[in-house]
Amino acid sequence: MSKATASPARSIAAHGILILYTVIALFPVLIVVVNSFKSRTAIFRQPLMPPTVSTFDLVGYETVLKQGDFLHYFQNSLIVTVVSLFLVLLFGAMAAFSLSEYRFRGNSLMGLYLALGIMIPIRLATVAILQLMVASGLVNTLTSLILVYTAQGLPLAIFILSEFMKGVSDDLKNAGRIDGLSEYTIFFRLVLPLVRPAMATVAVFTMIPIWNDLWFPLILAPSESTKTVTLGAQLFLGQFVTNWNAILAALSLAILPVLILYIAFSRQLIRGITSGAVK
Amino acid sequence: MGSLKIEQVKKSFGHVDVLKGIDLAVEDGEFVVFVGPSGCGKSTLLRVIAGLEDATSGRVTIDSDDVSATPPAKRGIAMVFQTYALYPHLTVRDNMALGLKQAGEQAAEIDKRIGAASSMLGLEPYLKRRPAELSGGQRQRVAIGRAVVREPKLFLFDEPLSNLDAALRVNTRLEIAQLHRRLKATMIYVTHDQVEAMTLADKIVVLNAGRIEQVGAPMELYNQPANMFVAGFIGSPKMNFIDGGRLGESVKTVGVRPEHISVDPVKGDWKGTVVHAEHLGADTNLYLDCEKTGLITVRLFGEYAAEAGMTLHATPQPGKTYRFDGDGHAVR
Repeated sequence: MSKATASPARSIAAHGILILYTVIALFPVLIVVVNSFKSRTAIFRQPLMPPTVSTFDLVGYETVLKQGDFLHYFQNSLIVTVVSLFLVLLFGAMAAFSLSEYRFRGNSLMGLYLALGIMIPIRLATVAILQLMVASGLVNTLTSLILVYTAQGLPLAIFILSEFMKGVSDDLKNAGRIDGLSEYTIFFRLVLPLVRPAMATVAVFTMIPIWNDLWFPLILAPSESTKTVTLGAQLFLGQFVTNWNAILAALSLAILPVLILYIAFSRQLIRGITSGAVK
Repeated sequence: MGSLKIEQVKKSFGHVDVLKGIDLAVEDGEFVVFVGPSGCGKSTLLRVIAGLEDATSGRVTIDSDDVSATPPAKRGIAMVFQTYALYPHLTVRDNMALGLKQAGEQAAEIDKRIGAASSMLGLEPYLKRRPAELSGGQRQRVAIGRAVVREPKLFLFDEPLSNLDAALRVNTRLEIAQLHRRLKATMIYVTHDQVEAMTLADKIVVLNAGRIEQVGAPMELYNQPANMFVAGFIGSPKMNFIDGGRLGESVKTVGVRPEHISVDPVKGDWKGTVVHAEHLGADTNLYLDCEKTGLITVRLFGEYAAEAGMTLHATPQPGKTYRFDGDGHAVR
């Protein structure tokens, strides 16, 4: 096995495949970013060319920053994503801890029930969710989005975290109990730091669909004050005329915050993987 | 100061009865070792004493207080775990201090106790390090130190040496024995290793399948095993069990320890062929296939020139054989 990976031909082949995949995956993103810096005619005439001195144009960014309240949309997106992420991680980890740590009647049934959401798309329940939000007066609030995204993220979080928490040494938790730590302290001070890599994985998988979602903002919170970035970008999509400069600029800007969050989490992810490998 | 009484303790997980009614009394200052094969319930019993598991029924009394419903931190116990179970994010010093801080001890008192424990265990140079920066032996000493600073009524050890390599195991065993002599504290120690049990214990409790087979001093168990299980478990290599009928005895089984058999090339009771010989220097272990007894193990002291295929005559030493009835109980 180790010989196989050492062989240069195989190594080149593996890298070739991975690089090809990377190029394919990054190509659309690259096109979006590159074209966002070009003038309208240049976008249509040479969509694959990088901006030159003559075609370089920041009109898209100007439009985005002037027209429409984009800073506000960004703020909305960030609030929804960060709060939902926090709630998913907190409640997901707590549920996972109780499922993995305590023996109680119906434990495995409860675990199955909580993980069931992975298999059922939450969008099937859109109409019911809308009725619920209307009845509770939450339409056009960020709270409605946060509630829906928390529900959407919890099943996977509980599933992944409970598997990881089963791996945390029982002796360590028992040592804490003998030293008089409360169950909360054991959870927050002993167990959570040890499952940090799993938390980072869950965070990444939870965060990206929330940030990119168009469906629920459109249905539950389309008002001007609660628009998210993805919904705000629709402003420039007209039936007859589409302001591509502005859309591309808005999408390019939308990549930034999520990229920063991703880098923050993935550093934890990599640290977790390597520390596990060395031990 | 540190006596323990266990009355009719039973523990079931679902339909599986792990402990089937345990009665035991431990005097103050005793070193008691629970020993038995894996799955015999010895660790579960220790956890019930610690309060980490609730007994299904029965009573645990420490110093004449019924602690059956007391949480672990309030029982006046300290525990050392097989996997050390140090807090990875705390320094050695903070690992030892945590329990005391939780109990609301004064800072000066905490410093004093940590100072005393770390000098006793030779941990002073490491106080500022984290567990990840320590070797296995050092980690286990920190875990012992964490138990010592609590000045508990009862020390509980859950297979503390199993994760250490052979040389370190002997050293740490010695340290634990010295610790017991110095602190004169009551200690309960769980192991599956009968050498640890024999060398450390004032009193050994042999457990099997959720029941106590025999309680006694190490030499008592060696010389007067109550039944075949204890006879086979204590002593290494294992006692030879020979069908009584083949020897013309009235009992079901006759037991002879390998070290209580002598061999001679020309004369002896049981004629047999050497199947395999293990030369250890200090001892020689022979596996003899005898016509009368079947395969038996013989342990000879010092070197003995024997090899597979040789014919030897084995003779049990008079008065050193054990007799067991049909239920496996010893017949005296």
